[in-house]
Amino acid sequence: MVNTSVTLCGIRLDNPIIPASGTFGFGYEFAELYDINLLGSLSIKGTTKEPRFGNPTPRIAECPSGMINSVGLQNPGAEAVLKEELPRLKRCFSKPIMANVSGFSTEEYVTTVERLDTEAQIGWFEINISCPNVHGGGMSFGTSSSAASSVVSAVRRATAKPLIIKLSPNVTDITEIAKACEAAGADGISLINTLLGMRIDLRRKKPVVANRMGGLSGPAVFPVALRMVWQVYEAVRLPIVGMGGVCSAEDVIEMMLAGATAVEVGAANLVDPFACRDIVRKLPEVMAQYGIQNLSDITGGAH
Amino acid sequence: MKQTVFTVTENRTIARNTCLMTLRGDTAAITSPGQFVNLRLEGRYLRRPISVCDLNGDCLTLIYKVVGGGTAQMRELKPGCSLDLLTGLGNGYDLSKSTDSPLLVGGGVGVPPLYLLSKSLAAAGRKVKAILGFNTRDEVFFEEEFSQICTEVVIATADGSYGKRGFVTDVMKEMTYGYFYTCGPEPMLKAIDKIAVTSGQFSFEERMGCGFGACMGCSCMTKYGSKRICRDGPVLTREEIIW
Repeated sequence: MVNTSVTLCGIRLDNPIIPASGTFGFGYEFAELYDINLLGSLSIKGTTKEPRFGNPTPRIAECPSGMINSVGLQNPGAEAVLKEELPRLKRCFSKPIMANVSGFSTEEYVTTVERLDTEAQIGWFEINISCPNVHGGGMSFGTSSSAASSVVSAVRRATAKPLIIKLSPNVTDITEIAKACEAAGADGISLINTLLGMRIDLRRKKPVVANRMGGLSGPAVFPVALRMVWQVYEAVRLPIVGMGGVCSAEDVIEMMLAGATAVEVGAANLVDPFACRDIVRKLPEVMAQYGIQNLSDITGGAH
Repeated sequence: MKQTVFTVTENRTIARNTCLMTLRGDTAAITSPGQFVNLRLEGRYLRRPISVCDLNGDCLTLIYKVVGGGTAQMRELKPGCSLDLLTGLGNGYDLSKSTDSPLLVGGGVGVPPLYLLSKSLAAAGRKVKAILGFNTRDEVFFEEEFSQICTEVVIATADGSYGKRGFVTDVMKEMTYGYFYTCGPEPMLKAIDKIAVTSGQFSFEERMGCGFGACMGCSCMTKYGSKRICRDGPVLTREEIIW
């Protein structure tokens, strides 16, 4: 028998598979299809202080081996997440969850984290710093070491739970941002968020998505994600949650060999609602095939 | 929702750029007219949402318009091919709201879901009328099929090459009805809302990511808050729509 368990920031997971934020709602749509307790954990829909409708539609464009989305962080807001969504999720999922938090100012991040912090089921906070900073000229927090650092240190003071910072790949050197987050008190790094991309509709001769650009995800980005996980693993001592185009148990092992402790699965859930379940089921067999006894031993093994 | 592998039993062109595909498989998750399936195509990342046109036991009929690479690929599928489908998606039309004399108004590729609806309404003892709108004669389909179920079927073509000249709304203005159901391009839906004299239900189309409510790719704002076209729709009532 192989051992699929891993430990992320002191919390043990039965396996490293975590559906990525924004691709799994608050879990209960998928709980109608299978018992989601077989997952390692799940990262909830990105939550902001106030409810957000998000961007105009169309928000989705297809790409070779992937998709672009510009949903724009649609969510019901921290209060409704706490009072409606999480109680509903609790009925179908009993493990610690990752609370994904977004904000458009440092104050917003802090308020949302403070509000959600009372929920015992939240094991980790995953802070999405890819959002534009309204006080910083719209530049994303995640593209500047100093902006990233200021968000992380402010949120650090708001919670004692493990803080995982989700990084944007749309930067010159992702290791600089990762190091800034580490220095500011982060407990872990998750990467990558989507890559900025676009498609143009030949009939209308206009961008497909209403917001013109959006985030590319899916197997197309896997090699880029893997490379960045590798680089960040060499740059910081923090545990890494790897994601970006993962769609098989083999991809999970590859991500872990590059340096990931746990692995998020995103776009795959949208085209195959059973993707995470099938990866979890297949993992022991693929581990055995490659002579892996304890999955937690292979993190960074390719370095 | 269910994920099932279906087998293509028939796939043929029935009008210009319009094809009819029948498939055999587990249809148990499909519970009401107006729902859709989301089908996976080899080499295409996202699934294709296609509305259910007809249902007979394990036999499913889809009518689709060839508009891009994905649907062109669908047209090439031969009987015997397997297709991975998510079935039973969307809310579908609510038949309980209908009066004894419902009117169905379909435009182009919005016509197919109204077919199963017409059969269900007729089975419930309603006297169903239908207006089917197309751009031109070559695009007309299912006139005969609707005629066998409805008490009155009017075809309208925008260029006047077949049936009545004009838009479905030109015909609708002349008709009496107690309730209406519609599906078609958004400008048509908007025009219907302007002239309709009763309550009714509209089926919407939107680019989707997943088709089952997970990605929030197809949200729209209604008078009762945000709804996902794929999960809370595609059918919305006249009262809740913000145009």
